[in-house]
Amino acid sequence: MPADLRTRIGHLDLPSPIVTASGCAGTGRELAQFTDVARIGAVTTKSVTLEPRAGNPAPRLAETPSGMLSSAGLQGPGIDGFLQRDLPWLLSRGARAVVSVAGHTAREYGELASRLSDAAGVTAIEVNLGCPDAAAAGRPFALDAAAAGQVVAAVRGSARYDIPVFAKLSPEVTDIVAVARSCVSAGADGLSMINTLPGMAIDPVTMRLALAGLTGGLSGPAIRPVAVRCVWLVREALPDVPIIGAGGVRTGRDALELLLAGAALIAVGTVLFHDPSACSRIQRELEEELGARGVDRVSDIVGRAHEPAGYGAERHSWV
Amino acid sequence: MAQSDREGGVAPVQVRGTVLTVRRVDAYVAMTVVAPAIATRFRPGQFIAIAVGGPQSAMLGRRMFSVHDVRPDHGGTVEFVFAPREPGTQWLADCRSRDVLDVVGPLGRPFPVPREPASCLLLGVGTSAAPLFSLAARLADRSCPTDFLLGAESADRVFGALTARRTGRSAVITTNDGSLGSRGSVVDMLPTVVQQARTDVIYASAPLGVLRAVCALADRYAIPVQALVTEPTMTCGTGLCMGCVLPSVGNDGITRMVRACVDGPVFRGDAVRWDDVGTIPFDALGAPGWKPRPGAPASVAAPTAPSTPDGPPAHGSAGERSNAG
Repeated sequence: MPADLRTRIGHLDLPSPIVTASGCAGTGRELAQFTDVARIGAVTTKSVTLEPRAGNPAPRLAETPSGMLSSAGLQGPGIDGFLQRDLPWLLSRGARAVVSVAGHTAREYGELASRLSDAAGVTAIEVNLGCPDAAAAGRPFALDAAAAGQVVAAVRGSARYDIPVFAKLSPEVTDIVAVARSCVSAGADGLSMINTLPGMAIDPVTMRLALAGLTGGLSGPAIRPVAVRCVWLVREALPDVPIIGAGGVRTGRDALELLLAGAALIAVGTVLFHDPSACSRIQRELEEELGARGVDRVSDIVGRAHEPAGYGAERHSWV
Repeated sequence: MAQSDREGGVAPVQVRGTVLTVRRVDAYVAMTVVAPAIATRFRPGQFIAIAVGGPQSAMLGRRMFSVHDVRPDHGGTVEFVFAPREPGTQWLADCRSRDVLDVVGPLGRPFPVPREPASCLLLGVGTSAAPLFSLAARLADRSCPTDFLLGAESADRVFGALTARRTGRSAVITTNDGSLGSRGSVVDMLPTVVQQARTDVIYASAPLGVLRAVCALADRYAIPVQALVTEPTMTCGTGLCMGCVLPSVGNDGITRMVRACVDGPVFRGDAVRWDDVGTIPFDALGAPGWKPRPGAPASVAAPTAPSTPDGPPAHGSAGERSNAG
């Protein structure tokens, strides 16, 4: 019998722990050509901003070993366009929408949260803390525990009480647990990690930087071990806070690794550029991986890697 | 509703396609893959996206190829042509018959074709010329006379010269080194060819610089251009990654950053701001400092399809295209 993938976080009931990562599923329409968006856990949207944004010039992406450097610059229609066209489309297809929000001040984040709360059908809000903080000379919010906490507090304060708020953390910090704690005490219902790592590539043909935005965010399987460490550390420190694990998940086995580290949901991102049907495939593979280990429910193995050594081996013969 | 999400086309599919043949054609590699679901959906101008390097590949970006031709044998095959230049395409060139590839397609907007017979000039450079030949067949079905203008650096890099001579009303070849046809670039020959052939519409598939020059010249002669772009480099081909954006003017006069993979690869020549490719023009929707026009309708924020709904007179409308496949 295949394992039960249904996942419950707070009062959210999702049919699967597999969701898309922000910025990797387009508006949902592009993905829906290859994956039934109603059958995956949720679609996390591109980060929505208050105003329309044209993003960065091309080239925006560079392929690196098992990874991708990107600096798209949050191109999008702004909150009005999103509420008019993109959100209704997702809901019409039966998808659950986790809406990622981005801004330059805590106030902008708060305004976005209140606009989203007025619209029906938002499953959760993910706070993209990777944006430059206008008040701190462009340092991303996620790099400073206090700044991150302020943004989360603004969102939590403006969002309707029944919409969970997830804070997306950056791995580019000395102590991710400190930022996680700050976000949780500011009211975050959950955490999402990890965002991309900063990187740079140079095109050997043109002998110039490969990206028009100079530096980009590194994502893909290359950063998976970084994600596993961050999820594990935060789960160890805050065992009751639900985590969306993200970072180069490519197969059901990769998803299993992050679940064992402590993530309750798994976000599939960059791999969608390589395989647009990855979400459904990973979901199927995860079911098989769990079945092969005699696990009935996916929730049973969340954070299992934190249990003392030998504990699992005694109860299960697969090892 | 479901079909209108993708204007004027059938949704692409992701298939495992078996390699049928791999051939050397002068400086290029021509590959045929069995993919019936793609072959039956295909219309000239569309492309396919192939995953390279095997299932656990370290190369995450797909490689895009304009479809050269589809044939009905083996249920449906798709042929494309490329020059192996980097590790990904090199891997592909090393594939052999019976290898299995992960192929997504057909992707992008196809070439719109004229409703009434019109004199069409098909202009291509190097392998970029590959998609023009299935277009020529489609135009022939509509009794449109076709003239070819093909160019490349050297004779072994001119793609399809023989086919062009056989199937076109006329065929002019240019090479930079003069090893075949006349010395120079396609742009040098364009005025002559356009006048001799009394061209009504130009279909161009070439590098960005050539397309820019062609569109500038065509504008002077008031000839509409349908331009197939291959730059900026596409990463996913499906519109997910937002990597291949270029500035394009919509019918409402507003410049938007549109994705070459889903809003193209075929654009109306006068819609693309060729000189601003690789930048965010200051007046583009959502550019830094951009402000919504006071009193403008909220739908201004909605990126609409910039390409071809009200094409030049010689062209079919979007609706006409969708039932013509």
